[in-house]
Amino acid sequence: MAKLNRIQMSTLPAPVLDRRQAVPALIERPQDFLVVGGLAGAAQELTAMTADAPSVFGLAGAMGAAPMMGLGLALAQPKRRVLVVTGDGELLMNLGALAAIAVQNPPNLAIICVDNGHYGETGNQDSHTGLGVALDVIARGAGIPVVHTINTEAEMDEGRRLLREGGGLCFILLRVTEGPPLKIKRNLQPHVARDRFRAALLGG
Amino acid sequence: MAEFDKDTGAATWPHALYDLLRRAGVTQFAYVPDAGHKVLIDRSLADPDAQSIPLTTEEEGVALLAGADLGGARGVLLMQSSGVGNCINMLSLTNGGRFPFLTLVSMRGDYGEGNPWQFAMGQAVEPVLKAMGVICLRAERPDEVIATASAALTMAFQSGMAVAVLLTQKLIGAKPF
Repeated sequence: MAKLNRIQMSTLPAPVLDRRQAVPALIERPQDFLVVGGLAGAAQELTAMTADAPSVFGLAGAMGAAPMMGLGLALAQPKRRVLVVTGDGELLMNLGALAAIAVQNPPNLAIICVDNGHYGETGNQDSHTGLGVALDVIARGAGIPVVHTINTEAEMDEGRRLLREGGGLCFILLRVTEGPPLKIKRNLQPHVARDRFRAALLGG
Repeated sequence: MAEFDKDTGAATWPHALYDLLRRAGVTQFAYVPDAGHKVLIDRSLADPDAQSIPLTTEEEGVALLAGADLGGARGVLLMQSSGVGNCINMLSLTNGGRFPFLTLVSMRGDYGEGNPWQFAMGQAVEPVLKAMGVICLRAERPDEVIATASAALTMAFQSGMAVAVLLTQKLIGAKPF
């Protein structure tokens, strides 16, 4: 990787949190939210954390979709708290979505980016964040009003508070070490996930 | 209704189209700006009961409308033909999830186009949309816009299909260069 420019690595602490503990510790009760899980680790993790609950729509394709799906859902369901859980790779694919979300500023949307600095599904290549690109700075620049970075256990309480009581649009960057997410066998048919999500939320 | 406003000379169908979409329960208007959608964009910005959602790239709108459907809301994606190309992989979500999908595409690279840059994508709009499972309906004349849009609304929100209404350059005119 010597060919690639390592950006501001000296100013970023090395990640220490394991996502398999950190994601559940941050979200606590995922069933309290309407959840869009980005591919692939985040969707697997939220599916596992909820034992495949219908209130989680997990992606296994259409990379980059999760944040904007969360926006459409949040605008449609203003009384429910909507949670997007995505990864650094997916968010990097559609950074403009942060700007599109910021100009709507839906108070019921929270975005968690589980940043492991790697493309874990494709051979563990360094992602741009692994080379120092700072998604929290980008989110702030895009106009997301509350941005919180979790490097260690010490920042976890504030993250939990923002999800629960923050009462506004927020972006949480959860920096974790590389390694596998929680996993469970899940149905990958997107139309099945759509139908059961809608049935659970809307009835019929 | 007259096809053109007697004072301004402007076409009246864009206003009738906005009213039709709102009557059909469309509340989320997502767009990358285009002159062909100016009235719809301005009306959505002025409408307290609708959401007006400027995008940075058209594929964001495809994902947004899927999210809207999960929450029981209806939306429309307004884009120029060049934006269709930006949507292609994201339509995997629409197609695989069997999400209803409605887009209004203002065409370039079509009838009377004077900018050669527009032809590649303009001419590819129908084949690539069809390849991703999106049904294309063309509106060529002012008096067929409302009927075509009504048909598309039924196909999308009653039958659950993905539908594009192509607002052709015969309808909206070629931009002069």
